[in-house]
Amino acid sequence: MMDMPGGNEDAAVDMKSIVQKRLEEMGAKFCREIEMGVFPAVTMKSRSTDNIFYSPKHRQYILGDRTVTRSSRNIAHLRPFTQMVWTAFFVHELLRQRKTSTLRDVYYSAQAYDIFFKDQSESDNIITDLETAIEHPRESFNVFPEERSAVFGDLTIQYTVPGYEDRRMNLSSHPDGVMIGPALTDARFIETSADKVIVIEKGAMFTRFVEERVYERFNAILIYTAGQAPRSTRYFIRRLNRELGLPVYIFSDADPWGMHIAMVIISGSANAAHLRQLTTPDAKWAGVWASDIIDYKLPSEKLNERDLKRLKELRVDPRYEDSHWQEQIDIFMKIKKKCELEAFSRYGLTHIVDKYLPERLKEIGA
Amino acid sequence: MAILYGQITTNKPVTAISSTGNSRIVEYRLMIDIEKNRPIVLDRRIHANLRSRSRRWRGTVVEIHLRGSYPQAMPKVLEYLKQTAIVNPYANIMFVDPRGRLYKFDRTVDRMPPPPREINPHPHGVDVETIQRIIRSTAERDMLGFMRRHFHRVGEKTARDFLRRAGIPEDRDPKSLRPDEIVSLVEKMREYDGFLPPEADCLSPLGEDLLRAGVLKELEPEFVAVHQRRPSAYSGHPFIVEVAIAYGGKVPAKDDVLLYRFANKIPLVYDESGDVCWRIVRSINWRRYNVSPSMPFAVIIHVCSTKIPYKTLGKEILADQPEVSREIINGIREVARQLARYISRKERVKRQVRRLTVFSRYLPKIARFSAELAGREKPPDTNRLYQRRQVFSDFVTQNEYVDSEVFDSRLYNVVFVHIRNKHEENAAVVRVLGRVGSRWEVLIPESSLTSGSEIYETLRGRYEAVKVQAKSLRPNMESLIDAYVDGISE
Repeated sequence: MMDMPGGNEDAAVDMKSIVQKRLEEMGAKFCREIEMGVFPAVTMKSRSTDNIFYSPKHRQYILGDRTVTRSSRNIAHLRPFTQMVWTAFFVHELLRQRKTSTLRDVYYSAQAYDIFFKDQSESDNIITDLETAIEHPRESFNVFPEERSAVFGDLTIQYTVPGYEDRRMNLSSHPDGVMIGPALTDARFIETSADKVIVIEKGAMFTRFVEERVYERFNAILIYTAGQAPRSTRYFIRRLNRELGLPVYIFSDADPWGMHIAMVIISGSANAAHLRQLTTPDAKWAGVWASDIIDYKLPSEKLNERDLKRLKELRVDPRYEDSHWQEQIDIFMKIKKKCELEAFSRYGLTHIVDKYLPERLKEIGA
Repeated sequence: MAILYGQITTNKPVTAISSTGNSRIVEYRLMIDIEKNRPIVLDRRIHANLRSRSRRWRGTVVEIHLRGSYPQAMPKVLEYLKQTAIVNPYANIMFVDPRGRLYKFDRTVDRMPPPPREINPHPHGVDVETIQRIIRSTAERDMLGFMRRHFHRVGEKTARDFLRRAGIPEDRDPKSLRPDEIVSLVEKMREYDGFLPPEADCLSPLGEDLLRAGVLKELEPEFVAVHQRRPSAYSGHPFIVEVAIAYGGKVPAKDDVLLYRFANKIPLVYDESGDVCWRIVRSINWRRYNVSPSMPFAVIIHVCSTKIPYKTLGKEILADQPEVSREIINGIREVARQLARYISRKERVKRQVRRLTVFSRYLPKIARFSAELAGREKPPDTNRLYQRRQVFSDFVTQNEYVDSEVFDSRLYNVVFVHIRNKHEENAAVVRVLGRVGSRWEVLIPESSLTSGSEIYETLRGRYEAVKVQAKSLRPNMESLIDAYVDGISE
């Protein structure tokens, strides 16, 4: 794992030049090996499940010490190895030309170079290999997913993407919010009056929060994750937390799935155990808690088999070790009920903003 | 049988003309007295074999007329001739059918198996009738002489011991034996275990080389394995089983195993399913040998004996004579094992070739993109890692060895050689040499490469250079060779 030099570890622009350099070094190493008659190989950490461990220190999943070597000497490795070298070349071109691409785009681009992927999942997998090998997330080499999420609030950013260099924008300038895409992920943060970040899982609630001027009333930057937060959004949240020192509060549905949306923002997923810059360990799950279903008398539904099974899994998940999480899981199991963020609408559309939000923020010390 | 059939359908005599290459040619015209089972000689002529000694005619001509439904019989007739050609690869067979079409089965070898030696019957194999016949004609005055003179593998010591054990005085006149004593003699002979087993030089098997030649010529397989079992005997009758298996090439794929049966070089074309050979072939678990019955392969079984254990009077199917069946099974197993080895080897070659194709496909790409990453203008030379060279390309073999291009193997730890004979018919002989200093050593010794077959070998050891040599297997029968040498650095 690489740690960024200096205090500003998430500085996007610096990181890109480091990634670019690592890719070039990899290419140079392969060239040297070929000339010496040695089959090029890369050694990277194994991503198999028996090498994924939870690290209480990092508060996320990390890879253990076991490594795998992918060698061009091995016929079974040769094709994925070639695909990875091409992918390295391709993203290096992206970085050099300051362009971005999507996972799907990468999959199609390969064909122009006579490199073939069976399907997109094969190319996605190779990109994950490359992330593991150079120990940086794909966002740092300009490959983004096509998922969309949004941000709204008083934050002035300055673009770094070609054609927009030095142009500034305030993220409260559009009422639908601003899409968190590559340009925003890599933008510099200039200034903000906000003192917190509120993350919301549901689109309808995000819109309500904007309409009810939560950003003003609570001095908050609002983020809409559209369900499970995409990696670029998780990265963006982390930057807000790290670079601007803003505390992060997450609101999701009161069920095991909503709970886990918050957890992935906080502690990451096992799938991304090879990466370190996607988590925000200090973020807090602010609701909706199982206890809220009782305390606020929220309309609820019964937990189904799948929900209960998932809860049992989460109960033993090391990320849920903390007593507050365990408590909430116990309550879920006891009441066997779940509810959505929208459930507050039973008491009027603004109830959630007028009553629940201030009470909760106060309760958790915000 | 054929003469009899001709006579009862057309009532015409048979004409036989023959000469052993001496000064006379004998011609007979005969009919059979069916009731007495005796020949009726209608005409007998002696012709002078006029030409000079070395150019005299020799051979036998038999001419019969018969009536039958040719359209119905045609497939069997042609099949019979084709199968006859399999077990007589040294014979030219020509057949003009009633429609005037000419069928030719040309010989591919000019050697014949050694002629069989005439022997006396083995005491285990005689019956009362035979003994009576011998007694009628013998000149021997006592039993000791009788036993020694008229039976196979009976010497003085054995004869004495047998007569003593049988309780027959040595000086007894054989002609004085009463019928019941003859029956008892036959029984005693069967029971006595001191007779040596019969020798097989009275048999005329084809031998492995001729059987292979016959199968190659008529079935044109991609692969053939032949095996001759050691001579054995049942009830005093010596026999030899010869088995071949032919795979691929022009061997047709049927739903079931293709079986060719022969008894003393005569094809057995009828009633296949009643034959013990059929039962044995069906009972074999072919999957153990990497083949399934639906693959294109044929099993050829030749039983050679002084008495073929026929099941019926029609002489078309073999009975289950345990001693013979055992030899047939073991013979099939042997050739099936060879086939299994051939098929697994062929699959290995295929895998290896694919393996190396993968190298040549991907390594240049790795070099190219690595160079682009490193900002280099030219990609590094992947030949140090892996190189494939075609050292023979559509090479037409000659009568003497010709060298291929020389492959410089100094950079590589492992070298593979792959040689293919692309010719449709002719076989080639190839070998592979490696150079140490100024000396060429043979790495793969002379091997014959039949039409369509391949050699794939990993060369061990350190050589500075490697080359292939090829020539035609038979003079002026050129074949077509492709050869590749691959070197890998690690």
